[in-house]
Amino acid sequence: MEVLLGITGKDFTLIACSKAAMRGATILKASDDKTRSLNKHTLMAFSGEAGDTIQFAEYIQANAQLYSMRNGTDLSPSALAHFIRGELASSLRSRKPYNVNLLLGGFDPITGKPSLYWMDYLAALTAAPYAAHGYAQYYCLSILDKHHNPNIDFEQGMKVLRMCTDELKRRLPIDFKGMLVKVIDKDGIREVEYNDDARIACP
Amino acid sequence: MASGYDRALSVFSPDGHVFQVEYALEAVKRGTCAVGVKGGDIVVLGCEKRSAMKLQDTRITPSKLGLVDTHVCLAFAGLNADARILIDKARLEAQSHRLTVEDPVSIEYITKYVAGVQQRYTQSGGVRPFGISTLIVGFDPNDKTPRLYQTEPSGIFSAWKANAIGRSSKTVREFLERNHKDGMDREATLKLTIKSLLEVVQTGAKNIEIAIMAPGKQVEMLPVEDIEAYVKTIEQEKVEEAAKKKSGRTPGTGSAAILTRGPDDTA
Repeated sequence: MEVLLGITGKDFTLIACSKAAMRGATILKASDDKTRSLNKHTLMAFSGEAGDTIQFAEYIQANAQLYSMRNGTDLSPSALAHFIRGELASSLRSRKPYNVNLLLGGFDPITGKPSLYWMDYLAALTAAPYAAHGYAQYYCLSILDKHHNPNIDFEQGMKVLRMCTDELKRRLPIDFKGMLVKVIDKDGIREVEYNDDARIACP
Repeated sequence: MASGYDRALSVFSPDGHVFQVEYALEAVKRGTCAVGVKGGDIVVLGCEKRSAMKLQDTRITPSKLGLVDTHVCLAFAGLNADARILIDKARLEAQSHRLTVEDPVSIEYITKYVAGVQQRYTQSGGVRPFGISTLIVGFDPNDKTPRLYQTEPSGIFSAWKANAIGRSSKTVREFLERNHKDGMDREATLKLTIKSLLEVVQTGAKNIEIAIMAPGKQVEMLPVEDIEAYVKTIEQEKVEEAAKKKSGRTPGTGSAAILTRGPDDTA
């Protein structure tokens, strides 16, 4: 029941993930951050097997930062996506593969273009204008199909995101404790305040 | 070569020297000068840039000042190629440290690591020592105390208030010993760094590089124009001081070439 959502707009990428840390049917924590920043303009969100996710994410984070320190320049979101795919693909063919699903959101400050990559635990990689992992796919992709277009501004993006999370609250059988929302734009990565208090009733 | 004892590394001479390490120190002395100065709340690294050849592209030629991590800056004197390898090892360790303990390295830790690597290369077979000394500066995470360390080819490391390595490092160190004060502000620290470098750098601002570290901030490379301004005021002061000494006569101001390295400003 982990939710990962990614939406690109005109000059930004939104990454949202559920705040519940779960083990089986138990919620351990309601303020979990399922993201790691790889460099100033790239953010990775992850879900999957509890230990694997953070281990893999921090391994990728360390390598991305080492690249930045060594070369004095950051890897682009697309370069990172393919690097991560390579790491995950070789792990998949090892004795104990990582079970991790990822969204990679980025923004290129030079071209001014946002980007979003979707990757599952089988190391299948796709660039997408919007993407989701887990059950959220079933509820959100149709909403995004209808309401998303590549030229939306930040406010419209947040509006579409609100429609998605409302639908999740309405339909998902387990409370996912609200969403943590981060935006990547020309100024880097920052958290966006996101109100989760409203109760959404099911008809 | 001395007497056959400096052929294989990790072999002592009868009087207790490991010659290869001493030769490495010689390589350091031939390297361009680097200076580190601690102020009250910042720490500054300065180094002498070898003057570029006419067709060289200085913008993309690597510098002697390097970042090991976002909060650790390193300057070296000696063999450039050796330094590249050593800095790379330090960067790897800095990220590895972050990954394993979720904390950035402390300056002392990374200095110990760098010195450790240098020591290992004096005691294992088939290798030669790193021909570099380094100055490592920065701030520990969540700490406002400036740090300045030095490492040597032998693997020795030491902490300093201000120090110099490389060509004429003795002259510069003595200058620093005379002029360093505790708790200097930003201006004073920068001025002392540049002034000490001018003791050995003839060509002035365009052959000086300055990096400034402040707690919780990214490294700041001082722009050439700013360095030029400091150089100009320093030279101005030197001229005035010289004039004061020759008291009675009015100083002949406005002379074109004030590249002052007169006999009376070394005192």
